Amino acid sequence: MTAAFRLPSGGVIDRSRTTRFTFDGTAYAGHPGDTLASALLACGRHHVATSISLGRPRGILTAGPEEPCALVRVDAPYAEPMVTATTVELRDGLVAAGLAGRGRLTGAPDPARYDSVHAHCDVLVVGAGPAGLAAALTAARAGARVVLADDQPRPGGSLLGDDASPAGRWAAEAAAELAALPDVRVLTRTTAFGHYDDNLVLALQARQDPPARRVWRIRARQVVVAAGAHERPVAFGGNDRPGIMLAGAARVYLRRYGVLPGRAITVFTTNDSAYDTVRDLERAGAQVVAVLDARDGDLVTGTSGTERITSVRAVAADGSRRDIETDTLLVSGGWNPAAQLFSQARGRLRYDAGLGAFVPAGPLPAVRAAGSANGVFGLGGCLADGAGAGTRALEALARSAHPVPLPPVPREDGPRPARVLWSVPDAGGADEPAFVDLARDATVADVLRAAGAGMRSVEHVKRYTTIGTAHDQGKTSGVLAAGITAGALGTDIASLGTTTFRPPQAPVPFAALAGRDRGPLFDPVRVTALHSWHVCRGAKFENVGQWKRPWYYPRPGEDMETAVLRECRAVRTGVGLMDGSTLGKINVQGPDSAEFLDRVYTGMMSTLKTGSARYGVLCGADGMVLDDGTVTRTGTDEYLLTTTTGNAALVLDWLEEWLQTEWTGLRVHLTSVTEHWATIPLAGPRSRDVLAAVAPDLDVSNEAFGFMTSKETAVAGVPARVSRISFSGELAYEVSVVAWEAIAVWEALLKAGVAYGITPYGTEAMHVLRAEKGYPVIGQDTDGTVTPQDLGLSWAVSKKKPDFVGKRSFARADSTRPGRKQLVALLPADTGRLLPEGAALIGTPAVPAPPVPMLGHVTSSYRSAALDRTFALALVRSGRDRIGQTLYVPLDDGSVAPVTVADPVLYDKEGARRDG
Amino acid sequence: MTADALNGFHLEELPFLTQLSLRAGPGGPAAAAVETALGDPLPAPCTLTRARDADVLWLGPDEFLLLAPPGRQPYLAHELRKAIGPEFASVTDVSAQRTTLDLSGPGVTGVLARGCAIDLDPRVSPPGTCVQTLLARAGVILVVDDPGRIRLLVRPSCAPYLTDWLADASAGA
Amino acid sequence: MQLLTCPWCGDREEAEFRYGGQAGVPYPADPRALSDAEWGRYLFVRDNPAGPFAERWVHSAGCRRWFTAVRDTVTHEFLREAP
Repeated sequence: MTAAFRLPSGGVIDRSRTTRFTFDGTAYAGHPGDTLASALLACGRHHVATSISLGRPRGILTAGPEEPCALVRVDAPYAEPMVTATTVELRDGLVAAGLAGRGRLTGAPDPARYDSVHAHCDVLVVGAGPAGLAAALTAARAGARVVLADDQPRPGGSLLGDDASPAGRWAAEAAAELAALPDVRVLTRTTAFGHYDDNLVLALQARQDPPARRVWRIRARQVVVAAGAHERPVAFGGNDRPGIMLAGAARVYLRRYGVLPGRAITVFTTNDSAYDTVRDLERAGAQVVAVLDARDGDLVTGTSGTERITSVRAVAADGSRRDIETDTLLVSGGWNPAAQLFSQARGRLRYDAGLGAFVPAGPLPAVRAAGSANGVFGLGGCLADGAGAGTRALEALARSAHPVPLPPVPREDGPRPARVLWSVPDAGGADEPAFVDLARDATVADVLRAAGAGMRSVEHVKRYTTIGTAHDQGKTSGVLAAGITAGALGTDIASLGTTTFRPPQAPVPFAALAGRDRGPLFDPVRVTALHSWHVCRGAKFENVGQWKRPWYYPRPGEDMETAVLRECRAVRTGVGLMDGSTLGKINVQGPDSAEFLDRVYTGMMSTLKTGSARYGVLCGADGMVLDDGTVTRTGTDEYLLTTTTGNAALVLDWLEEWLQTEWTGLRVHLTSVTEHWATIPLAGPRSRDVLAAVAPDLDVSNEAFGFMTSKETAVAGVPARVSRISFSGELAYEVSVVAWEAIAVWEALLKAGVAYGITPYGTEAMHVLRAEKGYPVIGQDTDGTVTPQDLGLSWAVSKKKPDFVGKRSFARADSTRPGRKQLVALLPADTGRLLPEGAALIGTPAVPAPPVPMLGHVTSSYRSAALDRTFALALVRSGRDRIGQTLYVPLDDGSVAPVTVADPVLYDKEGARRDG
Repeated sequence: MTADALNGFHLEELPFLTQLSLRAGPGGPAAAAVETALGDPLPAPCTLTRARDADVLWLGPDEFLLLAPPGRQPYLAHELRKAIGPEFASVTDVSAQRTTLDLSGPGVTGVLARGCAIDLDPRVSPPGTCVQTLLARAGVILVVDDPGRIRLLVRPSCAPYLTDWLADASAGA
Repeated sequence: MQLLTCPWCGDREEAEFRYGGQAGVPYPADPRALSDAEWGRYLFVRDNPAGPFAERWVHSAGCRRWFTAVRDTVTHEFLREAP
């Protein structure tokens, strides 16, 4: 297709190069600098899309992101499911197609790069038109750090493509000066889409070759919103035909791209601004066949044409009607300041009856609007208002400003007041729909119907009609809808107000918001010092919070069940070792350490002897179990605490909270040493032999190194702390060494254990072993409603201490009532039946009618090598009184599994094995 | 972790450094004794001082981290404890609690800006700045040595994530 | 992303902090002396004003210090922060 509507000169396009593209299967050509819309218009094509519900042909209404109609899908060079033709930069090989109101996500991989960048500045200027350039230049010349963001490929705004006038030259010089200043960052192709707390503005930058989207997170001390204004249409019958365009958009196509919208042009306006377009069009050689000025009583009542407008029906003030043959109808219903960001910042808007628009009522302390975004129209006014906003932003920062010379502008004639006209009278009863929101196919009749149905608020009308809910957020339709609603209700639009502006004010791909946080970088993966060994040994990993923990180590041909049974058997009959490094570890120092630990643990820690350890339970003030672990006294005024893997940070924060906010007089310091120490539990009847082989200085006899004691010694030549602590019920030790020695020590233990069949075991075997002993795991067997007594841990609760956190709650009626859920074991009658964790327990073999009385639920469920059967732990109402009873577990397949309630300690109840 | 140079961005791990946590109330006798022993005042909030034997990083109003070359733990801990004497303060060896990444090159602040909300402009964060903050989704101690050289101290468990992130963030403009 | 002013570290993004509920609810001097109802009020009942509210926050990704912040619950604006 030839570019028959491209003028021989003008615009900011690169005419020396041709850009070939395909739209709806037809090959076209344009130039670098074109948008898809301008290139199609240059080829005479207006019809680009189809409306969402009525299926009407739609054209190009605007020249920017406010476009409601011209929705397209881009297929190449990379897929964009739904964008507007007015925002797609033309590039070689572009393949696009028109849409019917909505796109479809592609299943193809997205090659674009997404990231985000933090930026900081004194003054952020949104919009690089005349007002924005004046504001940015004023701030920049005063030495402020400035960010200037504009959605176009180059700064200039309405002056883009105007090289002839002094103002156009000034804009080019200002842009060049700003680009050269070290403290100014000019972001082009960047749409500021949201204003958030404390002057954080998010802006989306689009880049090509390679395709990339970047979210700028701009923290600004002052924000100047100079985003311009959006022209609005007038509603009349058939106002959606291709070839109908806003008058200001036609001027943009002419000046920026050297494109004429048509040959025989009719203009319908309510205000002066369209006359600038008329003048420019006539200078460019276009024929303006009629100017219908609503202020003179000339109105458009309808249009004709199939794929494109062919004629306009007009009525004059005297009631005479005529049809005007035309290929293009340019409409101006006035201008709405683009004050979305200002409004999001909680800036108040007021209705300006002269403009028929909502304009910023006045600046906020750190956010101000400027230029046409501030309701100031006319080039001279915008330049001055922008410079003024820059000055006031500097003043707010206590910086002095110097006036920036502004270009002379042609004297603007005394403006003739605009007529505020939302819709042509009786547009609701026209032969054809009079559209308010073209993106939603919502009409004047729909608005009237909403009012008739009793909607009294613009928010309700919006939801009833869906006006303003499309990709364009109603930039061309919102105020129109409010005006028509006000008319229907007989109120004035000023009191009706607008709908609330919320971010994002322009579409943002989710992928851009996700940025780098996707795929392997979605969330930090934390690994221990032994991780590479586990990987080499083919371990399967379990996610525990952010940690990767070895779950089990399958041998060739083994499934999980076989591997776990083997690992458990090794610990019960020989020796195993595991990576316990993820346990939280907190060093406690200070003369009041013992007192502090007595206050937070349920047990007595002050009586621990140096070198001894004790199991400890932490409860909240509500008496519910928060965490557990061991407390080892490592010196007179020094302890080492362990926490569960998942609660390490939480427990440290919680302990600090007590120290910092309640017991500020206690002389205690807490230091996290979680990752300083790698911890290797060594468990099983042969663990003593293995330890003896690698710790020659240590007397490992039961007499010299008793249960729940701790020694410092050398293990494999490395300084280590060895503690006789058991989470399996077997004779066991925990070997802790500085993390960077972990692999050496681990391998030394493995080597020393070869003769005993030493077996690395993972978290699953650990869970089976601890559950056989009835040891609860906090967060798995508890849920924040469980007391130590419920868990059978009364032995770990001091009766002697006058108080500790949680103690008072143990005496609450609810903590002592009968019928509380208690931890018990369950033995399925079918010894091969593995109960699902989370399954409910009932008292009858058949499931009764709802509501089903539930007695509790399964919290942990495993196969035991030692018991040669399956078993489970469960929280059961009055569980300990039910030991020996049969309860029932309804299963997903509709069957019910009978289970016997048992004491939670199923293995070695006498504890004979822990001493080896 | 291997050294890698991308777009004026160089990353190197400094492993095995001596790191001691020092807790001492500001203005108290223990802090004064430590300052005498170090030969320098303890750092002000969000800064570090370079004392004779160690860099001293401010981590909190009564919390500091001493950084020294590998193997200095016994000597430094002994000197500090000797100086503190019976006063209330604590010294804990945390050398393996964090590893140190040394970032250098003209691209450093630009790469960090892709995941760190701290303003690293030299006028706001001059050399000697030491802050604890988030980089991407990991907690870090960030030390500004000079505008083209920044040290990050990070939990070793998070270091693979963070170096992957840094490699990704430094690739491409 | 709102900013909080840590009394020690200055302005930081909200993501570096953790919320700790109403400030100025001291642990009772002698919990045993309280009735179940009084103890229950300490555990569970907090003010919920529309307007300025003193809250505890901890700079968990920074200096780990707890501090008190007064926040207007209507505007979500932080009015002042103090150790």
